[in-house]
This record gives sequence, structure tokens and C-alpha cells, in this order.
Amino acid sequence: MIPAFILQHAPALLLCVPMLGAFATPLLGRLGAGIRNAWALLAMLATLCVAGILTSEVLANGTLIYTFGAAAPSFAVPLDSGGIPIRIIFAVDAMGAFMALSASIVGTAVLLYSIASQKKNSGQDGYYGLLLLLTVGILGMVCTGDLFNFFVFLEINSLAGAALVAYRVDKGVAVEAGLKYAVLSTLGGLLVLFAIALLYGQYDALNIAMIASRMQFTLLDKVALVMLLVALAMKAGSVPMHFWTPDAYSMAPSAITAFLVVASQASLYGVFRVVFSLYGLALDCLTVGWIIIILGVLSMFVGVTMAIPQKDVKRLMAYHAVSQTGYMLLGVGVALAVLGNQDLLAAYGNIAMQGGIFHIINHAMYKGLLFLTAGAIFYRTGTRNLNRLGGLGHSMKWTMIFFIIGALAIAGIPPFNGFASKLMIYESVFLFNPLLSIIAMVVSILTLASFVKVFHSIFMGPALPEYAEVREAPLPMLIGMGILALMVILFGVFPQQVVDILVAPAAAALTDQGGYIASVLGGA
Amino acid sequence: MLYDLPFLAAALLMVIGIATMLLRRNLIKVVMGLSLVEAGVNLLLVALGYRGGGIAPIFTNAPQDLMVLPTVQAMTLTNIVIGIATTALMLSFVMVIYRRYGTADADAVRRLRG
Repeated sequence: MIPAFILQHAPALLLCVPMLGAFATPLLGRLGAGIRNAWALLAMLATLCVAGILTSEVLANGTLIYTFGAAAPSFAVPLDSGGIPIRIIFAVDAMGAFMALSASIVGTAVLLYSIASQKKNSGQDGYYGLLLLLTVGILGMVCTGDLFNFFVFLEINSLAGAALVAYRVDKGVAVEAGLKYAVLSTLGGLLVLFAIALLYGQYDALNIAMIASRMQFTLLDKVALVMLLVALAMKAGSVPMHFWTPDAYSMAPSAITAFLVVASQASLYGVFRVVFSLYGLALDCLTVGWIIIILGVLSMFVGVTMAIPQKDVKRLMAYHAVSQTGYMLLGVGVALAVLGNQDLLAAYGNIAMQGGIFHIINHAMYKGLLFLTAGAIFYRTGTRNLNRLGGLGHSMKWTMIFFIIGALAIAGIPPFNGFASKLMIYESVFLFNPLLSIIAMVVSILTLASFVKVFHSIFMGPALPEYAEVREAPLPMLIGMGILALMVILFGVFPQQVVDILVAPAAAALTDQGGYIASVLGGA
Repeated sequence: MLYDLPFLAAALLMVIGIATMLLRRNLIKVVMGLSLVEAGVNLLLVALGYRGGGIAPIFTNAPQDLMVLPTVQAMTLTNIVIGIATTALMLSFVMVIYRRYGTADADAVRRLRG
């Protein structure tokens, strides 16, 4: 049914399609706005299709290796190279495919939404081009099996992201946020490159699997680990390196903010890939696991306490994004802490890992949904200030329903998806350390409290005279939000199926370092 | 010791760059500091690939076998290109900020708080 050509080259097509889309968008923009929008949407839908095909391939046949420039994509190690994979290799395992799928679902919703929300603005050619380029950066980061390649895609991600944050200048304030984001991302990127240089200097390889198979865990490796962790955790927006998130998230156009959440998660994926696949059991797992757990708990707690007093609805949601990132770090950190011990891993480590990874896709869905509803409110009323909003429940009913779905999901209320992943994290972390689990629950309650306040001040109360003209958001925006809301409900109602099909293979792929190495180097 | 000098220089460049970013308040100088860090990383990469007495890694009619490593040079080249793109983007941001705020002083450019 699907042509063999597409099946064989799916990992390359996953990047080629959005990249072609990105660079052709400004050209097609000359022909007219409708053609350009249709083209951008087509490129994103095609990317989603390729991501779906790739995911089903990976889940059916295991890790997919794609070697660029080789006679056949599976020739990872050339015969005359002495067993070193010298070419750029994409190694898409279940975790990478999972991230790619979740990113392209959010990307599609965001693009649909943008068609309405950007309609009246200038410079849309660049906007859609950069949006697709950001997609390239994210997908590249989660697919690549090569460290330097990872750095390049990280930089594409940062550049496109910073340009989009500053896209609507807004008296210069958005540019200030964009500059902050760009400077921090670039510094982070250079730290990553420095760490890559340290690793290359010792192991003569850039391939993640190759370095992992030669890993000695010398002093230089420890320095490289610290640099990678600091830089990637900063890009993921974890406390104490979170200070750019509220600025960038609140000043970017709302559709972009929803996608920036995914861009941050690509860096989070980088953290996981580094600790599990690159270092793996060579690490002092308990120590590094606890470092990640502490980062996670700090992110959860500081994020939510900073969110409560905010008056700008997007700034508030940005702090919640920091807080939710903490859950993912907590779940995966617990799994890392017990990585060497098969009994504990089977008892609760695997569940914690699955919970953390499940929370990634759930977070992308409900947080994207929440930012899109905030964008719809801003689009119709022109303000994000909670003190000035009110009574919108009378006029924006669908937006209100979508907001309720997102808010209940982020607070972990059944039957929405946030509940499913949070429950997995609570249960397993409780067995590891009850205190951590209790903190996680308290943070959820605070999240709920904060969103009740937001809901009340935006939607409840009598219809205000200054918003008498406000109507429901336009249809493409509602469709964009609807896709995400549908996913939130589906994932919440059928969590077991999602975990079995998507999440458990992803978690297993991350913990199985030997399998990852063998899939690239061929049974080494 | 002589062969370690490029590494020391790279570390020094990076430290100077980071110190510039932290201590200087002019946004242009912050971007300059970032460029210095980038130069330090580039120097580290190229120095890693050097082999004493090696020639440029071009195989056609090569007079000898001992060559410096080409991979790190390719990486450096890529990083220079990326660096130009990021520096240009950030400098254009600083330009817009200066036009809108009337200053490029990092202490004055602080409208986002809380």
C-alpha cells in the first residue's frame, strides 16, 4: 500500500519534507496567501504522515538505521573503516519515533491554528517558513544518532525558535525575550559542542552508539556530562535554568508557544538520550538519577509557586510548563537511579520511566491546547491580563470547553490524559521515596488551584460591556484546538492502549543501551 | 607543553567570552562575548585534530601519509557558519531593541519581569 521507496527512506523524508516546505514557502508566498497557506499545511500534513509511517515501522521492526550517503541505508559501518561508523547516521528507536509523532501532531494543530490567528498580520511568508524550520530542528534532534548532527539540529531549533519568539515585535518587548532566548540557547549549544569535542578527542567517534560502546567514564567524560546536562536542561526549561521560559513563552505568538513546548521537550529528549544511551550503566546511576530527581522536584515546586501570583495568562501557563517538566524529570530520574538493579527496575523503575515518557506526549497535547486557548482569548479581546478579562463564558463557549479540558488534564483529573501519566508517576515514585510522591501530588493540587483561579477570572462572571463585541474564535483555530482536545480525551480514556503501543516500547528502548548500540554497530 | 598551548588558549578565550557576557552591560558586547566563546570552541576543535608534522588531509598526490584529522575541520567550518547566522540574528535583535527602547544597556532592557 505504502510505496517501498517511502518506507525505505522514511527517516530522511521526515526531514526533507518539512525542509522543502520551509524553503519553498517564501517563494510560493509570491503567488498568493491562499496557495502559501495550503502549501505549508500540505508540508506539515505530509510530515505527520511520514512520522506515522516511521513510527509504525519502528514499532513493528525495531530500531531503524538510516545511513546517509551509503550504498544502502542499513550499511552503518563501511567495510574499510575498521569498524567505525563514519557517516551521518539516523538511529530512530521507539523513543525517537514517539517524540517525532508527538511533535508532528502538535505541529499540525499549531499550523491549522496559525492560518486563522496570523491572518491579519504581515510577514507570514517568513512565519510559516520558520515554523516548518523549527519542525525540522525538533525532528532532527529526536532522530539523529550522531552527536554533531544533534548539535546542528539543536542550533536550527534555537535559531528558528528565537526568530519566532521575536516575530511580533510588540514595541520591542518580544525582541527582548527573543534575544534572551537566542543568547542562552547559543551559549547552551556551544557548551554541547564543547562536550562533543571532549568526547571526540577521546573516542575518535561522533556516533552515539560508537562512543557509548567505548565509554570509559574518565574525568573528561564527567566534564562533558555536566556540560551536556546543564545545556540541555536549560533548553528544556528546568529550574534553576528556567528564567528564559516565562519571557519567551509569554511573548511568542500563542501558536508558537504551543510549539516551543515541543521544542523544549526535544532538549529533554536530549537529556534522556545522553544519560541512558550515551553514558548508560557507565554512570554512577544513583547519583546522576538523584540529580535529575532534584532538578525535577525543584522545577515542579518553583514552577507552580511562581505561577500562582502571575497576572498575565500566558506567563502563568509558562510557569506551569516549567512545573510539568519537573514530572517528566522526576519519573525518568527515578528510573535512572535504579537502572543497574533489575529487580527494582521491574518493581517500579519501568513504570516510573513510562509515566515520565507518557507525560511528555500528554504535556505536549494539553499544554499546547491551553496556550492555544490563551491565544484565542488574546485574539478576540486583545489582552492577556487576568484582572481585565472576565465573563467570556457567555461569548466563547467552545474556547471555554477546550480550556476546561486542558486545565483538568494539567491538574491530573480523570478522565483526561494528565491523570493517566501522573498516576503512573505517583504510584512508582511512592515505592522509591514516598516524600517525592507527596510533593508531586501537592504540586498537582496547587496547579488545580491556580487554574481554577484563571478559569474564574477569564470565563465566569457577568458579560463585561467592553467585550460585548467578542465572538467565538474562528473555525481553523477551533479545529486546531479540537484536534488537541480530542487527543487529550482519547489518551485519557484509553491510557493502557497508548502505554502498551507507544510508551512502553519507548521506555524499553531507552533503558536498553546494549540494544541501541547493537542496532547501530551490528551485534557488537 | 607546546602542543598544549592551543588548548590553554581555547580555554582562555572561552573564559574571557563568558566573563564579557556576564560583566558587560552593553548588549553588543554580550554578543561579542558569545562570539569569543564560539571562537574558543572552534580553536579547541581544530587543535584536537592536529597531528605534529601532519599535512592538509587531501589524498590526491599526497606526499606523505601523516595528515591532520579532517572531521574536526568540517565540524569547525559548520560551527563558523552557524555562528555567523546566530550572531547576525542576535545583532539584528539588538538593533531593534535599540530603536524601540533608545538604549542597548542590559540594565535598562528589562521590561519583562515577574
